[in-house]
Amino acid sequence: MTDRSRLNMIVVQVLIASIIMALLGRLYYMQIADGDRYKAAALNVQSRDIVTPANRGVIVDNTGVPLAINRAGLQITVDRSILDKLPDQGSSVLLKVAQILKLDFQDVFNRTRLCSELEVGSRAGCWNGTRYQPIPITKSASESQTLSIIERSDQFPGIDARPVSIRYYPSLAGENGAHLLGYIGPITESNLNNDEGYRYYRNELIGKSGIEFQYDRYLRGQAGVRTVIVDRKEAVTRESLNNVPIPGNNLVLNINARIQAAVERELAASVIRGKSLGRKSDSGAAIVMDMKGRVVALASYPTYDPNIWENGITVRQAKRLYSEWAAVPALSRVTQGGFAPASTFKVVSTAAAIAAGYRLDQRFDCPARVEIGTRTFNNFQSRAQGVLDLKRSLAISCDSMWYQIAYDEWVRDGGLRPKDNPNDHFFSTARAFGFGKKTGIDLPSESSGRLPDRSWKKAWYEQNRDFYCNYRERAKKSQLTPLLIEIARENCLDGDKVRAGDAVNFSIGQGDVLATPLQIAMMYTAIANGGVLYQPFIAKAVVDPSGKVIEEFKPKAIGKLPTNKKTLKLIQAGLREVVTAGTATGSFSGLKVEVSGKTGTAQVFGRNPDGSSKDDTSWFASYAPTKKPVYTVVMMVSQGGFGGSTSGVGVRKVYEAIFGEAGRKPIFPGGVPATIPEIDITKKLREENLAARENSLRGEVK
Amino acid sequence: MIATDLLARRETRRTSLRDFDLVLSGAVIGLLGIGIALVYAATRDWFAANGLDPEYYLKRHVINILIGSLLAWGTTLIDYRLIRAYTPILWAFGVLGLILVLIPGVGATVNGARAWISLPGGFQIQPAELAKISIIVGMALILSELTGNQKYPEHKDVLKALIVAAIPLLLIVAQPDLGTVLIISAAVVTIIAVSGAPTRWIFGLVAVAIMGGFAAVQVGVVSEYQVKRLESFIDPNADPMFSGYQLRQARITIGSGGLTGTGLFQGPQTNGRFVPEQQTDFIFTVAGEQLGFIGAGFIILLYGIFLFRAFAIARRSEDMFGRLVCIGVIAWFGFQTFENIGMTMGLMPMTGVPLPFISYGGSSMFACLIGVGLLQNVHIRSSR
Repeated sequence: MTDRSRLNMIVVQVLIASIIMALLGRLYYMQIADGDRYKAAALNVQSRDIVTPANRGVIVDNTGVPLAINRAGLQITVDRSILDKLPDQGSSVLLKVAQILKLDFQDVFNRTRLCSELEVGSRAGCWNGTRYQPIPITKSASESQTLSIIERSDQFPGIDARPVSIRYYPSLAGENGAHLLGYIGPITESNLNNDEGYRYYRNELIGKSGIEFQYDRYLRGQAGVRTVIVDRKEAVTRESLNNVPIPGNNLVLNINARIQAAVERELAASVIRGKSLGRKSDSGAAIVMDMKGRVVALASYPTYDPNIWENGITVRQAKRLYSEWAAVPALSRVTQGGFAPASTFKVVSTAAAIAAGYRLDQRFDCPARVEIGTRTFNNFQSRAQGVLDLKRSLAISCDSMWYQIAYDEWVRDGGLRPKDNPNDHFFSTARAFGFGKKTGIDLPSESSGRLPDRSWKKAWYEQNRDFYCNYRERAKKSQLTPLLIEIARENCLDGDKVRAGDAVNFSIGQGDVLATPLQIAMMYTAIANGGVLYQPFIAKAVVDPSGKVIEEFKPKAIGKLPTNKKTLKLIQAGLREVVTAGTATGSFSGLKVEVSGKTGTAQVFGRNPDGSSKDDTSWFASYAPTKKPVYTVVMMVSQGGFGGSTSGVGVRKVYEAIFGEAGRKPIFPGGVPATIPEIDITKKLREENLAARENSLRGEVK
Repeated sequence: MIATDLLARRETRRTSLRDFDLVLSGAVIGLLGIGIALVYAATRDWFAANGLDPEYYLKRHVINILIGSLLAWGTTLIDYRLIRAYTPILWAFGVLGLILVLIPGVGATVNGARAWISLPGGFQIQPAELAKISIIVGMALILSELTGNQKYPEHKDVLKALIVAAIPLLLIVAQPDLGTVLIISAAVVTIIAVSGAPTRWIFGLVAVAIMGGFAAVQVGVVSEYQVKRLESFIDPNADPMFSGYQLRQARITIGSGGLTGTGLFQGPQTNGRFVPEQQTDFIFTVAGEQLGFIGAGFIILLYGIFLFRAFAIARRSEDMFGRLVCIGVIAWFGFQTFENIGMTMGLMPMTGVPLPFISYGGSSMFACLIGVGLLQNVHIRSSR
């Protein structure tokens, strides 16, 4: 053998040796060093979790009347992974399905699109879940519709049908409860990613808003998971885990379905009444709670049928939910709406005045107008009311005396050059009454309202300085009126300070202050019960399927009003006089139950979608019976006009329903029962259906 | 003449079992045995689950081995120096097969390559596998028959040898079966190197191979699916539905075997058929999962023993022809093993080459066992 040949042969041997070593090294790395990772990956490839969602717990009212139950339905679903592969992306299949189900094609199409697939603005009714779940077209297909689809499955690729459980809000007492109960819907990617120690599965439905959202972890139960080992064709080769679903717990609410129904009815009637009085009234809110913050009824107007979500929402329904023209029915005014409290705020002003050193028996002038600096502030309807004490001023709702008091206090605090530690009696009293803070009600997305104190002013100024200080460049053409330019100039100059006008407006619940109807209800409850602020609460108890009480939600005091007994007495007396000889006398004349309350008529700046200026917000905040209060009732009608005539009458009708006046059957006039009812859905359904039939029979006889 | 001299020699000596290299044979028998078990493990459950004969592949695999062993034994009968004389005929047959396979109607397309000739009775042969042998033997002949007193092959000898290799190689490129092209190319360069040809040929050929590969991708000789396979070697998620899927599944399957594996017939990955083609090109995944590091490592060691035993035979060969044949066979087995196992473990790009002695497949099995026959032939004739 030649040298060169020998040398090259050695090179080849070395090469082959290194190949062998490379293979062994790589094998060692994969199987030994990194083996665990590959083992986990292999398990991931082979195992499939078959998830059976648990039966969702039911929601009942404080007497056991079912508010949310489960019903058997037939669901028609679409598998997008199959549909998308068809030549026309499955639109002909969807069209046939729509025809069989007697649905609009556009609705079916939108329901089967992921929201991200549709353009912003045309997403109404889109699927909020993921592509990897079967997407439901409807859950309430009839048996014959279902059969005609599954019997010809070759003509319906990707379409499947199976029995499912539907969340159903039966409205047994005629209640709607959409904003209260909320709804359930598919899991979204963000749910899956943001789980806080709680495991979600893709085909589960979860609470999306309202009580369904708030108490989802109690109601949902635990989905059953069967883990199987499959082969590449997805055929099951063996089972490795089988957990049966654990049904969700049931929820008892403080809500009473009958009072809820009455409140909803009267709220709607009040909005219509506002319209008949020539106002643009478009929306409203009403709350009934007991003296410990138990929410007995909670209604927002306009509303929608809570069953649309599970029945398959149509494009029209979905559009309406968020339409400004329909006054955004999706929004709950009770907890999410911020409104100027207007004269309902005067209970705070009264307390603030006493805190500032005014005497309980002090008398004030109530002139037609007050000049503050260069501005003139008019009394309500520009009428002089003479000299009044604090009680009387509540009863007839004098504004102008508060201008003077608020201005004096503002000057005492240093005016535009505030002292280091200003007293801010009005701000601090309002804060102590619950303004600017969430009440902590057991509903999601509660608004905290707005308390426009000094720090809020500063923050607001930081955000808007650029706009106001460069107003001519920044503002739209239509905003360049002399008045607005002047306001902008003032805002630029000292917008970071509480000005005299701000202080004066605040004292009558106007200006920048905003409150939710719920905050007002909590505050009036505290006035009625002797000064304790109770956290408004909807849930009463969680009960497991066997009837065992798992958790009971007791009323929780979260604060005390900063007023002494005498002041409170004076306020209470003033509120009674509102009804007996004040702004709400007409609205309550003839009512047997003694009511104390306060009207509010708030001026609103801004425009409606049609360009018209907004009408006043109508408020009535009250409690009854005056001597031994049981319920607080607050109603607010946006653009409803006068407090007394629109909301006041509405509140009166609510009391009629509760206390059984004007020929009605009373509903717990002595207060809601403290016990936790037994949950027997079948029995209650029978009873309620029977009662409904009796009622309709009675109607026929008449 | 030499031929008569050789015939005389043949008559004086009868080959007995002792004349074979027993270590080499032992390694091959070990690999064949493991292969039988693995082919069965790769197909039994799946076939049974689908209502087919679970021993379908096992039976055919054993038959292939028996035929291959006969061919190997036959290869050892005639002195390799006599085979020399038939080399041109052998080479011509190889090229003829490769031409036939390209004729539509004769050649069958599997996995994008027109690489098979269908025979009556449901059999198919893959001429490229057998062409490996004719190329090795043909090149060895030219590079060992040096005219005059020259010590090393001259440029013209190398050139001739390259033409002998290039004709069948181009026909294989046309199928296209790039895995085989790669392995034969490696063998060609190795044979030229060991023949003692000028060193610049080796560097030149390596450079040509790299540029040729690059040009092939650019010009489009390499079909799209091959580019995809290459891409998914670089990034396994690039084409997750096909080649990336295969590669990822292969790695997961091997890695999940751990030290001792799941036990023969027990692998959920392989029994679940998550790895495609696991009785042929991806059979190493079955070994990885079911036999673990101990079993799969043992297989690699057996290849190592086999290859180094083959080197010993090459070194002891009395002439250049025998040595070059051995070197060609070593390079072929070495690179094919590396390509196949390396592919399943993500070290090499994905090409469809079988694992010698283990993968199911007749043509490959026959070629491999003929290769072993050649090695034994050289061993017998040089061992005393």
